[in-house]
Amino acid sequence: MSLDDATVRKIAHLARISVAEKDIAPLAKELSGIMDWIEQLQEVDTSAVEPMTGGADMMLNWRKDAVTDGGHTDKVLANAPESHEGFFGVPKVIE
Amino acid sequence: MTELTQLTLSEARDGLRKGDFSAVELTQAHIKSMETNRDLNVFITEVPGLAIERAKEADHNRSHGKAGALEGLPLGIKDLFCTEGILTTAASHILDGFTPPYESTVTANLKAAGAITLGKTNLDEFAMGSSNESSYYGAAHNPWKRKGDPRYLVPGGSSGGSAAAVAAHTCLGAIGTDTGGSIRQPASFCGVVGMKPTYGRCSRWGVVAFSSSLDQAGPMTRTVRDSAILLAVMAGHDAKDSTSADMPVPDFEAALSGDIKGLRIGLPCEYRPDGLNSDIAALWDKGVGWLKDAGAEVVDISLPHTKYALPTYYIVAPAEASANLARYDGVRFGLRIEGESLDDMYAKTRAAGFGAEVKRRILIGTYALSAGYYDAYYLKAQKVRQLIHQDFVSAFENVDAILTPTTPSSAFPIGENSDDPVSMYLNDVFTVPASLAGIPGISIPAGLSSDGLPLGLQLLSKRWDEETLFRVAGVLEEAAGFSGLSIGGEG
Repeated sequence: MSLDDATVRKIAHLARISVAEKDIAPLAKELSGIMDWIEQLQEVDTSAVEPMTGGADMMLNWRKDAVTDGGHTDKVLANAPESHEGFFGVPKVIE
Repeated sequence: MTELTQLTLSEARDGLRKGDFSAVELTQAHIKSMETNRDLNVFITEVPGLAIERAKEADHNRSHGKAGALEGLPLGIKDLFCTEGILTTAASHILDGFTPPYESTVTANLKAAGAITLGKTNLDEFAMGSSNESSYYGAAHNPWKRKGDPRYLVPGGSSGGSAAAVAAHTCLGAIGTDTGGSIRQPASFCGVVGMKPTYGRCSRWGVVAFSSSLDQAGPMTRTVRDSAILLAVMAGHDAKDSTSADMPVPDFEAALSGDIKGLRIGLPCEYRPDGLNSDIAALWDKGVGWLKDAGAEVVDISLPHTKYALPTYYIVAPAEASANLARYDGVRFGLRIEGESLDDMYAKTRAAGFGAEVKRRILIGTYALSAGYYDAYYLKAQKVRQLIHQDFVSAFENVDAILTPTTPSSAFPIGENSDDPVSMYLNDVFTVPASLAGIPGISIPAGLSSDGLPLGLQLLSKRWDEETLFRVAGVLEEAAGFSGLSIGGEG
């Protein structure tokens, strides 16, 4: 199995997804099944291949580094679960 | 007035121009159809009131000589496009109540051309799936059923709601997005035309992001002509998407000349694996015959890295998804589950807000990008992706288009493939390679399986050559003579 329980706990933490302890082992098995199938990529010789880093075969456009929009505080906050005086509200982070 | 729902988009456009009926009548007929087809669960949000308001404006515009290219034509919009003032869910619990304060560029283009939004169509959560079963709002259903079998079938995915909505005549056309086959596969399952344009042809701005180097919007319609009409409006350069192509949009409808004499069509041997479904193999052979009869030259080609496309995709797409979906944290929009700390709130919100398939992909992506594994998985996949791209580049030195089946099977019953993620992934075996290469593809309904379900054939062309694709697709459509469903009826 390519992913053990400890690895699954670690990546779940990195991804900020809480996973109940009883679900760790089944998830490890499921993810290992997918990764084992993906393992076949290792048989391809890519020693002289440049990675393809995007979907477009073109130069990206440049633009002036200038402000083009903004000043929509109300719109930006309209969907927030909690907001105060023009800011997003979050649980206390400083004790 | 139900017969108005039997029109194709181009017929409806021409009827409005001639004054045979009004946009309000046309819209009312489709709203009625949307209501009678609610058992299919194809719309997450219906906006009939807005649609009628817009239809009145459309009639007003037309009477004042200001009709746009799609003036008064009612459409379905995949609920992955942000629509100003209309709930946008991506079929996820985590976007609960999200009402965008802005409009995606593609839907803004449609609006500016006079199109009417009927509602937001169902999809797999965050467009991750091939059956529409991962939607938080429940599976959408395929309007087609197997002969003598009353069970509901999946419409495919992820744009399953859009495909089923078009097949059931609840709208004249719909828009979808395709990351690994999410337009073409459901189009094939529902017997409609699904077009994924070249990566960069349509702006991705305002489309809920899944995998940014693969996502591309496209039209889903009942005819090839309708597809060409919609794409011409959807496409175009947009400064707000740095990967949107700064090049002119051709008149795609004009490309439907019906003449493919002398065109060279490639048949990749890798798309005919041992054990390919016999109905699908036979339909592919028929398709070859139709193109030959029309004067095309058919040649065997090889795309040697085809078998690595799916595993490559299942590194690239989850990796990009894990980064894109990091934004859903309970702070700025959507669901929030309170926690003991900020970190605890993130983790609880994401655990409750994402469904099983989305979590799987975020975790796979996180793993592939994590320290010590980046080179082995992500970089490796990007290199294999290059080889898959080069396969197509070499092939198109010798052929103008490629013909393949769209899917390895017809639509399957709800629940049938949901136990094993990898078996679900295999649905996209014929569509994923073109997505990785960024080339355009179109699925044409070409026939029925032995149990009476639609099957599609896929055409691929080189980048920016949608015109050739539409030209060949038009010929294939004509030869196949596929007839879709009548109003709300059974297949």
